[in-house]
Amino acid sequence: MRTSANGNLLEVKDLRTYFETEDGVVKAVDGVSFEVRQGETLGIVGESGSGKSVANLSLMRLIPEPPGKIVSGSIAFRGRDILKLSPREVRAIRGQQIAMIFQDPMTSLNPFMRISRQLMEVTQLHLGHSKQQAREHAIRMLEVVGIPDAEARLESYPHEFSGGMRQRVMIAMALSCQPELLIADEPTTALDVTIQAQILELIKRLKGETGASVILVTHDLGVVAGMTDHIIVMYAGKVFEQAPTSELFEQPGNPYTRGLLRSVPDPAAEQGKLYQIPGQPPDLARLPSGCPFAPRCERVQEICRREFPPFVQLTSEHYSLCHFADEVYAESQRAA
Amino acid sequence: MLRFIIRRLLITVPMILVVITLTWGLIRLAPGNFYSGEKNIPKEIEANIRAKYGLDKPWYVQYGRMLGHVVRLDFGISLKYEGQSVNKIIMSSLPVSASVGITAYLLALVLGIVIGSVAALRQNSIWDYASMALAMLGISIPNFVLGPMLVLLFSLSLYWLPPSRWQGFASRNIILPVLTLSAIYIAYIARLTRAGMLEVLRSDYIRTARAKGLRESQVVIRHALRGGIMPVVSFTGPALAFLLTGTVVVERIFALPGLGNYFIQAALNRDEPLIIGIVAFIAMTLLLMNLLVDITYGFLDPRIRY
Amino acid sequence: MDDERSTPQHEIEPVKPALTPLGTPPESPIRSREGDIIHTAPEFAIAEADVRSAEAGEFVAGTSLWKDAWRRLLKNRLAVFGMIVVFVVAALSIIGPSIIKKTTGYAPDYIPPDAALIKSFPPFRAPDGAFSWKHPMGTDIQGRDLFARVLQGGQISLLVGVIATVVSLIIGVGYGAVSGYLGGRFDNLMMRIVDVLYSLPYIILVIVLLAVFRRNTPLGQLVLLFVALGSVSWLTMARIVRGQVLSLKNQEFVLAARATGVSTLRIIFRHIVPNTLGPVIVYATLTIPSVMLTEAFLSFLGFGVQPPMSSWGTLATDGIQNIAVFPWQLIFPGVTMAIMLFSLNFVGDGLRDALDPQMRKG
Repeated sequence: MRTSANGNLLEVKDLRTYFETEDGVVKAVDGVSFEVRQGETLGIVGESGSGKSVANLSLMRLIPEPPGKIVSGSIAFRGRDILKLSPREVRAIRGQQIAMIFQDPMTSLNPFMRISRQLMEVTQLHLGHSKQQAREHAIRMLEVVGIPDAEARLESYPHEFSGGMRQRVMIAMALSCQPELLIADEPTTALDVTIQAQILELIKRLKGETGASVILVTHDLGVVAGMTDHIIVMYAGKVFEQAPTSELFEQPGNPYTRGLLRSVPDPAAEQGKLYQIPGQPPDLARLPSGCPFAPRCERVQEICRREFPPFVQLTSEHYSLCHFADEVYAESQRAA
Repeated sequence: MLRFIIRRLLITVPMILVVITLTWGLIRLAPGNFYSGEKNIPKEIEANIRAKYGLDKPWYVQYGRMLGHVVRLDFGISLKYEGQSVNKIIMSSLPVSASVGITAYLLALVLGIVIGSVAALRQNSIWDYASMALAMLGISIPNFVLGPMLVLLFSLSLYWLPPSRWQGFASRNIILPVLTLSAIYIAYIARLTRAGMLEVLRSDYIRTARAKGLRESQVVIRHALRGGIMPVVSFTGPALAFLLTGTVVVERIFALPGLGNYFIQAALNRDEPLIIGIVAFIAMTLLLMNLLVDITYGFLDPRIRY
Repeated sequence: MDDERSTPQHEIEPVKPALTPLGTPPESPIRSREGDIIHTAPEFAIAEADVRSAEAGEFVAGTSLWKDAWRRLLKNRLAVFGMIVVFVVAALSIIGPSIIKKTTGYAPDYIPPDAALIKSFPPFRAPDGAFSWKHPMGTDIQGRDLFARVLQGGQISLLVGVIATVVSLIIGVGYGAVSGYLGGRFDNLMMRIVDVLYSLPYIILVIVLLAVFRRNTPLGQLVLLFVALGSVSWLTMARIVRGQVLSLKNQEFVLAARATGVSTLRIIFRHIVPNTLGPVIVYATLTIPSVMLTEAFLSFLGFGVQPPMSSWGTLATDGIQNIAVFPWQLIFPGVTMAIMLFSLNFVGDGLRDALDPQMRKG
């Protein structure tokens, strides 16, 4: 399988996606870079409004224009820059090589169309299936994602499924063409807790079976812990920290990541209140001049309010956007 | 489904009763009556007339007789057009109104949906602004002004089309009445379609369809249109009622022998059987059409079950 | 909240102790939350404070909701254009006829003795072909100045539009507010009645009403028109207000008012109704052109305004008779009315976009 010279399936460099609004330009994604290796799972974590979903929609050029616009950057998928492709070439990639699962399975499936048609149209389009082939393939996919009695349920409408089942249908649809990259944008947020685990397990299993790379977007660090190889933490349209999963959990190098980690409910700690990072995410149209996290940061200093922080390299694969990255990293080491 | 239809039909009965009672009450409460326009009727003749039409009976007997007519769907004899049964008048004038009305509404559906979709897809473009300004104009020009203006332009200045007279459905004479009548519906439907499409185009499932790699035309036609025109389907109920007022105007302007024209004449002449007959007929048609629209809605939106 | 308060009377609600911890002083629970009273009209202050609290869930300083809406409205070029046109046409209609009478001597109903004027063409030419501003819109078939008549017709058309809208406003707001506030079975019944009325072919009833009750005096007919038009156009208003009230009646400020013993009617009309102002203004603005259109339609059928009064509808109708020879007699009143309705619709649309940011396009 073709990848770029250094083995990366996807290389995003300095991606900037802005939105024109009445309140001014919202820099939803502002200079984001990351890579996804062949067969790897990347977790993208952040609060709502941190730009993680916009970043992923940008990968497939699904940003509504206007008001949105990908201002600069490059998205090299198997060495080809998606941003330079013609609309036709982008469509050939969508659904076939890169597929996406969305947050809300209730609204992401067309309520007016039977599941069969929604599943079949993908393979008819990309794999040139005949109606019969597409139908058989659709039944197989539904079985793969664990929908019982798939053949009978094929003619159902989305509203006849439960939330978890709909998300399974979404996954079946996304994996129909064996994509090389699966983007799962908060795939479990809208689901019940027990269903969440099942869906995550399903994604994990199918990833193992198909060898696809996965980008898992979530606001919940607990979700990515057991799933991902690397994690990037986003805040206010920027990458705040980037590290291999285990290192990020053991030795975070950024106060924001530390806050996120503390707000994951810990089953071991019986009592004690659940921690919450104080304050609200900033208004992206009116960012302060210094560090965007400064107003909420527990170890904020004078310099944080004044100057934008540097992107500090802590280890070979560990980066943190903070004036005090080294100190935070060292503290975490001691704590660990 | 069947239960829903039966329930709706059962509700329809009292509603028609309300309409007819209101109409009858209005006619009776108003001073004067059918023959009060005629001057100096001798006493005996007046008494004869009263006896002939049962006006000498107590009001509840008259009311009961009137209801009996409605229940039997036989509305009696017109006072003005002597010897002609109301049913016959309705049956002869209905095809005129219906053909103009239905053609106009179908034309409006096609044009309105196309214009509205284009405006939504090219939102904030010159196409969007132009078509929406035109639609607003369509809503703002009264059809009795538009009709004569079309006549002025196409018949009196350009000599392309005949100005009036009914010569049956398949004649060029129907073009101007249909255009006049459909203008406001084109406008409404275009606005509704645009709003509906804009909402749908922003929805998650359209994003899913795009993420599948479908062409934009497929996204729109296969995925967006169905949801986008749902507001138009709901509009059809009120539109039909509204169509009535339109046909009244168009029939007057173009001198078409339609139901609306007869109704206005009947109201002016206080031709009670004819008024009651037409009102009852229109009310029934409307309520039935509304039921049909609701059923269609259920077919178009699989989430709705009765 | 619903069934037990089945009687809409002036009875004093018992103070419910559970509600007092809201910390609201008894005399003016709403404004005290804002901290200061800026406005002379108390309803307005309440409306501003609480529409915001209902929508945004938090208080922003001062009058920002209405200011924001106004700012958005001014940004909407079509709405601004509409407001200007509405203002100009309305002002001309009101003061125009008397100015024309003073300057040229043509009262709207003045029939000049020289019959030549009957054929006075509008593009500023006298019958002899010489340039003249005497009749900028020409004359009608009897030789009366059309410009003066169109302006005077505007008075009647606007009057019908505004008064019938006010009638529908009073009925609709009253009905909707009571229904929404009482809730429960009463609400159910009242809204079912509205549903039934909705599906009636009301225009037919209006025609019958106007035909059989036809008044001999123009003024009588006008009043009949107000009643007829107003009484059929309140249904949507009632629905809108009821929906608003339903969502407002459990807000803290209403509970606070109830806790302090304000009567039900007073709560409805002093505390809740002012908060429904936004949607009501929008819908009322859109009702005016639709009522004017209906009036024109009825006038066309001969059921509307009676001579010697005239509206745009009757003027246009008169014009239709002579369309082949004197087309301007239809075009001027018709186009004037269309421009006015066009502008009113744009203002209404603009207001809706401005007052309901979620409905904004884009």
